[in-house]
Amino acid sequence: MKAFLILEDGTVLTGESFGSAREAISEIVFNTSMTGYLEILTDPSYAGQAVVMTYPLIGNYGICMEDMESGRPWPGGLIVREYSKLASNFRNEMTLDAFLKKYDIPGIAGVDTRHLTRISREHGVMNGLITTRENFNLEEELEKIRAYRVKGVVREVSCREKRVLPGEGFRVALMDYGAKHNIETSLHRLGCQVTVYPAYTKAEEVLADGPDGIMLSNGPGDPKECGEIIEELKKLFATDVPIFGICLGHQLMALANGADTRKMHYGHRGANHPVKDLKTGKVYISSQNHGYVVREDSLNRDLAEVSFINVNDGSLEGIHYLGKNVMTVQFHPEACPGPNDSSFLFQEFINMMEVAKDA
Amino acid sequence: MPKNPSIKKVLVIGSGPIVIGQAAEFDYAGTQACRSLKEEGIHVVLVNSNPATIMTDKDIADEVFIEPLTPEVIKKLILKVSPDSLLPTLGGQAALNIAMELEECGFLREHKVRLIGTTGKTIRKAEDREAFKETMEKIGEPIAPSKIVTDAMDGLAYAREIGFPVVLRPAYTLGGSGGGIADDEETFMEIIQNGLRLSRVGQVLVEKCIAGWKEVEYEVMRDGNGTCITVCNMENIDPVGVHTGDSIVVAPSQTLGDKEYQMLRNSALNIISELGVEGGCNVQFALHPESFEYCVIEVNPRVSRSSALASKATGYPIAKVTAKIALGYHLDEIKNAVTGKTFASFEPALDYCVVKVPRLPFDKFISASRNLTTQMKATGEVMSICTNFEGALMKALRSLEQHVDSLMHGDFDKLSDQELKENLHIVDDLRIYCIAEALRRKMDPAMIHEITMIDRWFIDKLNNIVEMEAALREAKELDGELLLKAKEMEFPDAVIGRLIGRDEAYVKNLRRNLNITPAYKVVDTCAAEFQAETPYYYSCFGSFNEVENVSEKKKIMVLGSGPIRIGQGIEFDYCSVHSVWAFKELGYETIIVNNNPETVSTDFDIADKLYFEPLTEEDVEHIVELEKPDGAVVQFGGQTAIKLTEKLNKIGVPILGTSAENVDAAEDRELFDRILEDCCIPRPKGDTVFTKEEALEAANRLGYPVLIRPSYVLGGQGMQIAISDEDIAEFMDIIQRYAQEHPILIDKYLMGKEVEVDAVCDGENILIPGIMQHVERAGIHSGDSISVYPARDLSPKVKRVIGHYTELLAKALHVIGLINIQFIVYQEEVYVIEVNPRSSRTVPYISKVTGIPIVDLATKVMTGQKLVDLGYEPGLAPESPYWAIKMPVFSFEKIRGADISLGPEMKSTGECLGISKNYEEALYKAFLGAGVNLPKHKKMIMTVKDADKMEAVEVGERFAALGYEIYATRSTCKYLKDHGVPARRINKIEEARPNLLDLIFGHQIDLIIDTPSQGIERSKDGFVIRRHAVETGVTCLTSIDTANALLTSLESSCREDLSLVDIAQLEKEIEESSR
Repeated sequence: MKAFLILEDGTVLTGESFGSAREAISEIVFNTSMTGYLEILTDPSYAGQAVVMTYPLIGNYGICMEDMESGRPWPGGLIVREYSKLASNFRNEMTLDAFLKKYDIPGIAGVDTRHLTRISREHGVMNGLITTRENFNLEEELEKIRAYRVKGVVREVSCREKRVLPGEGFRVALMDYGAKHNIETSLHRLGCQVTVYPAYTKAEEVLADGPDGIMLSNGPGDPKECGEIIEELKKLFATDVPIFGICLGHQLMALANGADTRKMHYGHRGANHPVKDLKTGKVYISSQNHGYVVREDSLNRDLAEVSFINVNDGSLEGIHYLGKNVMTVQFHPEACPGPNDSSFLFQEFINMMEVAKDA
Repeated sequence: MPKNPSIKKVLVIGSGPIVIGQAAEFDYAGTQACRSLKEEGIHVVLVNSNPATIMTDKDIADEVFIEPLTPEVIKKLILKVSPDSLLPTLGGQAALNIAMELEECGFLREHKVRLIGTTGKTIRKAEDREAFKETMEKIGEPIAPSKIVTDAMDGLAYAREIGFPVVLRPAYTLGGSGGGIADDEETFMEIIQNGLRLSRVGQVLVEKCIAGWKEVEYEVMRDGNGTCITVCNMENIDPVGVHTGDSIVVAPSQTLGDKEYQMLRNSALNIISELGVEGGCNVQFALHPESFEYCVIEVNPRVSRSSALASKATGYPIAKVTAKIALGYHLDEIKNAVTGKTFASFEPALDYCVVKVPRLPFDKFISASRNLTTQMKATGEVMSICTNFEGALMKALRSLEQHVDSLMHGDFDKLSDQELKENLHIVDDLRIYCIAEALRRKMDPAMIHEITMIDRWFIDKLNNIVEMEAALREAKELDGELLLKAKEMEFPDAVIGRLIGRDEAYVKNLRRNLNITPAYKVVDTCAAEFQAETPYYYSCFGSFNEVENVSEKKKIMVLGSGPIRIGQGIEFDYCSVHSVWAFKELGYETIIVNNNPETVSTDFDIADKLYFEPLTEEDVEHIVELEKPDGAVVQFGGQTAIKLTEKLNKIGVPILGTSAENVDAAEDRELFDRILEDCCIPRPKGDTVFTKEEALEAANRLGYPVLIRPSYVLGGQGMQIAISDEDIAEFMDIIQRYAQEHPILIDKYLMGKEVEVDAVCDGENILIPGIMQHVERAGIHSGDSISVYPARDLSPKVKRVIGHYTELLAKALHVIGLINIQFIVYQEEVYVIEVNPRSSRTVPYISKVTGIPIVDLATKVMTGQKLVDLGYEPGLAPESPYWAIKMPVFSFEKIRGADISLGPEMKSTGECLGISKNYEEALYKAFLGAGVNLPKHKKMIMTVKDADKMEAVEVGERFAALGYEIYATRSTCKYLKDHGVPARRINKIEEARPNLLDLIFGHQIDLIIDTPSQGIERSKDGFVIRRHAVETGVTCLTSIDTANALLTSLESSCREDLSLVDIAQLEKEIEESSR
């Protein structure tokens, strides 16, 4: 069956439908990772977006359910050059096509994804519609496409109830703004007891449980939409409990400290982004997925310093709050997909909690 | 950290002659690195024994030494030029070994030369078996368990401990001889006993067998600050058991999930960090196909063949970055030259699929075993890029130039189902075609996977191609949708035509009408995330085109020479690159088309535009349609490019230089004979034939011996000397295995001195840089002969005649550009045996030793310039005061079953140079560079054919005078003794023991002189002797002339204190001496 991708600038690309034949409008973003499509699909940060994979052959090793980063896939669509009808891996449980059908996610294959990426690169991020209807009225559809906004997604992806992952070590409160599974796994692997809280949990409630540290997760959407969460973060910041923030968590903490964020032209999404640790000069390859960034010029230098920058475009990748046990990074030390090069940050977080406990 | 200011003068060691396993990739790496160093203001001193390389050009380094790569020579060079640093990681294993030796003996420390890019400790940790094992254990990286044993029973005990199957590898045998896989105790005992006997040191390595696991490689980079990145990973389609150089490889990996990908990536980064490599490093893994179990197979702490492939596959210049890191730069300080925006500290993201296919030499070595093992056999490789695997594979296959344009190849359709199934067990270069046929017969892919252990995903992809074949075969009317699908899988028009029962033109027209044309995409390292500045393109169908034609300049298309094979080597890449440089200098926009990832020509900053594409008529036509070049150059790309001449003409692209008709005239026997007649130039009598009957008739008319060969071939492929009707019959059968479009040539064979010239002709005048003379008499292919410049024993009259004939022929053929002519001088008479109106294999060599930039001149005359205006006096250039000897180098030990005896068909893979003012010294250096450095036991075997017996006496006398103990078989022995040469009788192989083989396996023999009788040898005795000699590392000569040359070099007194010659100064010196 034919499928169409209609972009808000009027570009129409034709392909073949796979997965669900449902119709969906989303923000179209591209990811340059060559592996890890399942992890990407199940990363809640993609809620409200459709993902273009720049690597052309997707689905080769099928679906290994244990690699899912959350309970389900979140994007509004998947756009690929070619999906593999045969899945070959010893852990494979189903094909990509079957997986998308199961979760009712529309896919479109046969698209010149490089061309699409170039359009996104030049035009900036755009909305788009994936449909299998052949007789659409372009003008009518464009109106709807242009009107689309990614909204209220944190609430949509966050867990509904608090839950505990038992452990013998430090007790960590994980604020779930759309957390990838490997954040809690990484902490748990280091012995932590992880309590996962819904995004909008009040600071008082979290603190009442007496956590040794607080982990702010990644998540979807515009950080400035999360005013209520930011208010709670101000309270958490005021305590001396060590805090480690990733991605959206990093942005929200910056906003809580008076900094500003902006939407990027087309964002960073991939498994190959170099971030430089300004203390050591060492560069780490990181997994990234963000469309917003903290404006470096908005940072109050009396309060915070830049700890990491992106080597490609010099953008801000990490903040260390002066005199506080608070560090946040824009990239994803939990990887999945992508390199584990910065996973040592979880150990640093443990060290922070140790120091805090001793003090 | 910025550049280390204390590094000012760097010595770079190259990799020496091209051999199997160490080829053009090191010229690519070395050239890139030298340019990168010079760009930083470093004074670069380069040493490499290989004159065919671009890196040994005087423009690439400040001082260039084409000298043998031995520790002694490098020591001497260090004393002479006093570098402050030595960069050893760009010249393959050869350079690394030398650096290691100089480091270990304290020489470098003593002379204050530091190793940059790596330390001695690093090399030791990676290269020394035990140290490597320890290092891996320390950081918890698994390796396959193994143990060296000297006793069969110890070995068996160990095999029981690690469990069968096990791999056995005898130490110090070449070509994997004596090794094998043992599934049980019985085969184990059989193999190990033989292995212990074959090993010079009586050692066999017993290793756990991981054959059948997935083989995956990572190319990683690390800087002095400890930042590590992965440039690329690659997956071998052929599982562990086939050397990665002989495997079909895909990049990036296709069947690894993110978990497996990251697990191996982590391991590679752990390893490079622990080893402390600063620069590029290659790590090879075996990954269990059904678990996360893996082991490290090998680590190369240097640039390698794989790193060249990874560089071309991603656009990330590993050698260049390695050189910058060696100077102290950190990865985030080095700009990514492709994007111009990002830095070397990011990991390339591919948005296409890359397939590499090895070029194996079995067309040259018909007797050789085609089986692929852990010993590499490929001489070269091709790479292709497409948006899908099927297309990339199809493009790669037709790039091989082995009469293959699809998966329908290899006569597997003639086998019964049972035979076919059995054939699937054979691991050779044809396996992929066998699998395709099995899929065509709907055999179960799961079964094919179980037999071959090739991942199901790849088998499924092959099946897609096979299904497309079927769809086309069954299509009544070819519709646009099916045609587009077929083109997306890169089916050539000709193949589609064959399948639908129409001709190529029909498909092409239909395609045109339906507007199905290829698009060209950019290789940009970043999957289009950033705008790229370097135009490096590949084609694909069903896509949007990205190539922009903005230049106002005139455009020239230079066609490359494709994969490296015996007979068409790195020399042609040298010529292509120099031609591009000359055109650039003249203000043209240059476009290069090539498909060889190992070469300099496919580096992204050589031409203005690089098309990484097959060199077939259809593929080149597509590029022509897009680019509309003002002209094309074919004379530098060997036979690959020449073959495209006619097509280019037909589609209206002017050929610069010698016209197509004249290229034809040189190959067309009748036309050529007419020209020779008109010029009054004699040639050995000959005839052209098509059938066996005609051949027999012609041979008998001319009288034996005769030379027989197909026309339009390079490297004398299929050329043989026939002494009887049986030979003719047999050779005709071999030649006619492939349909011959052109006639077969039969010539009277004259055994005279063979002489060769390369010349540049501008239409009015010619320039002959020099006359080369071969040491071996006619009958041995020019590429396999020792070549001496200036010619050593030609009379002034003969030299004049050669000059005169060259001029006559160049003019008669209206040559504009290069011409190569081979002559035979027989009884002071000069005969022409071959004329090639194009570049030849000797062009780089003769350019370097005369200082005359031949390709540059040839390119300029093609654009209408005249030699005189370019500052060159026409005629024979003044002779150099230096003897420059080109020595062929062979890779026989790598190819089991290949006959090493020399003849009219070329067999050498590379060459090295010996240069000196003293002839004997030049000869000595040339032998040394080729790895012939004899005295040890001073024991030799002689067994010569009757015709050589007389000359063998003198050879024997001279060796005896040098203190050699000579063993000889019955008749040779008798003849030697009768003529006063002390010799000991030794039994032939079929005679009672102890015989020849026992002598060889006693590991006491240093040299064998075995001259086989001409024609096809009926007795396999000589063949067996020569093979065993090669496999146990004994020097074996098959021509009396070579033996005499070796004697001359052994007798010379210059061996102690070698002179070293800076090639960069040569031109000046020759000029001065000729004044």
